[in-house]
Amino acid sequence: MSENAISGLQQRLSAGAFAVTAECGPPRGSNLGVIQQKGELLKGVVDAVNVTDNQTAIVRMSSIAACVHLLHLGLEPVMQMVTRDRNRIALQSDILGAYSLGIRNILCLSGDHQSFGSQPDALNVFDIDSMNLLRAVKNMRDDGKDMSGFELNEAPRMFIGAAANPFADPFEYRVIRLAKKIGAGADFIQTQCVYNRERFKEWIRLAREEGLTEKVYILAGVTPLKSAGMARYMNSKVAGMDVPEAVIQRMAGVPKQEAAQEGIKICLETIAELRETKGVHGVHIMAIEWEQAVGEIVSAAGLK
Amino acid sequence: MIVGEQKSLAEIKDLVMPYDKILVLGCGTCVKTCFAGGEDETAVLASALRLAFKTEGRSVRVSEFTVERQCEDEFIQEASQAVKENDCVLSLACGAGVQAIARRFGKTVVLPGVNTTFIGVLEKQGLFTEECAGCGDCKLAIFGAVCPVTRCAKKLLNGPCGGSQNGKCEVNPDTDCAWQLIIHRLETLGQLDNLRTYIPPKDWRTSNAGGPRKLVREDHII
Repeated sequence: MSENAISGLQQRLSAGAFAVTAECGPPRGSNLGVIQQKGELLKGVVDAVNVTDNQTAIVRMSSIAACVHLLHLGLEPVMQMVTRDRNRIALQSDILGAYSLGIRNILCLSGDHQSFGSQPDALNVFDIDSMNLLRAVKNMRDDGKDMSGFELNEAPRMFIGAAANPFADPFEYRVIRLAKKIGAGADFIQTQCVYNRERFKEWIRLAREEGLTEKVYILAGVTPLKSAGMARYMNSKVAGMDVPEAVIQRMAGVPKQEAAQEGIKICLETIAELRETKGVHGVHIMAIEWEQAVGEIVSAAGLK
Repeated sequence: MIVGEQKSLAEIKDLVMPYDKILVLGCGTCVKTCFAGGEDETAVLASALRLAFKTEGRSVRVSEFTVERQCEDEFIQEASQAVKENDCVLSLACGAGVQAIARRFGKTVVLPGVNTTFIGVLEKQGLFTEECAGCGDCKLAIFGAVCPVTRCAKKLLNGPCGGSQNGKCEVNPDTDCAWQLIIHRLETLGQLDNLRTYIPPKDWRTSNAGGPRKLVREDHII
């Protein structure tokens, strides 16, 4: 981790604060108003806002453009970038462009497979994987060179993030993969949503044992559930998601009109536990199309 | 082997519709092994076409012939006479065979009767699986002889994505996660340390990304 903070998020994490990030999914259209609306709900509430890159392989306003709109609103964006849609030439070019526009945080991902999206007939790229992208951004920043070794006319200084899913299989490999991502260049990690707290704690324990939590900032992902149906759907239909039966039952056990509140309650309990977990440096609140909930969660959890 | 699947009779009928004298040309190598275009499939398809045209009251002549390999000129020549006697050739070879036939018989219409799908293995009777993408730079040694370029839906070289669950791929629950297979193999071989190695971006120049490839064997040129 660099000594001089590149971004506000890095500054906050390096100061030892428990950081909070949220998510902003760009619209399926060119409507700037959607970004403004979401931005206003998140402004002053979180340290940085992830902007997804055509998530679930559905065409949306580009991550770079939406990041710039957030910057104009006074928010700090984390630009998500997937290797599904662009080859290494386009990825590097967009990173240079993003930096020139004022974007300072990047989250390197491989991306949801196009077969889950609205255009499953598309060709994917996957010229490089997320690990290669991490290394490329790190080399651009630290050595000032692109992937060909060409010396850049001003290096993009990015605070580099990666994703980790403690709930995917094979479990024993998940910590090795985390170590590999740190080695490749990750400064911070944002994890898949935590519902199975036991498994998450086991993962972070293994990461601690390997000394990884000293080398990288880990922001644990949380998503407030809106209904029992959503809990069931996420468990069975969303790849790499683990919602324990007890959580589903708890959501199903309250009257429908109180389900959302129960979801927020579960989320708050999870955040409280994560704050007490050694090696967790913050939370990443992914309130999917429910940005209004973020302010409530952050203030009820006493995070701001 | 190269695995292919015969096109539907409806599609084949549409392709050959403008012609009155049709040669169904089989290939006795890969497509024979995967039951798409060998001698038997050629005979069955020719009969089906004859029956279909007869039912429609059309007088179309459907002939059949099978060569050992449609990708080698030496074998292709055996079909010369049959080709001459027809308006078009419906090749049941892979895409390479179709093109080799077209190259040999420059003025003849050559149509594909098979969809060439992949380089694969016969996993069990009736089941073929894709195993090789022909990328031209084989790295199977580090992956415990399981190819992530071909068998991972995201071509990931540095480990499984977050969608691997219970050993299956998120894209298709009937497909094994290539990385689960790699890890299992490396574990069995005592080579788990390979997983910690950073694999750099792949050089795609040896693949089709570098344009159509040629293999020159000087020692075999006469």
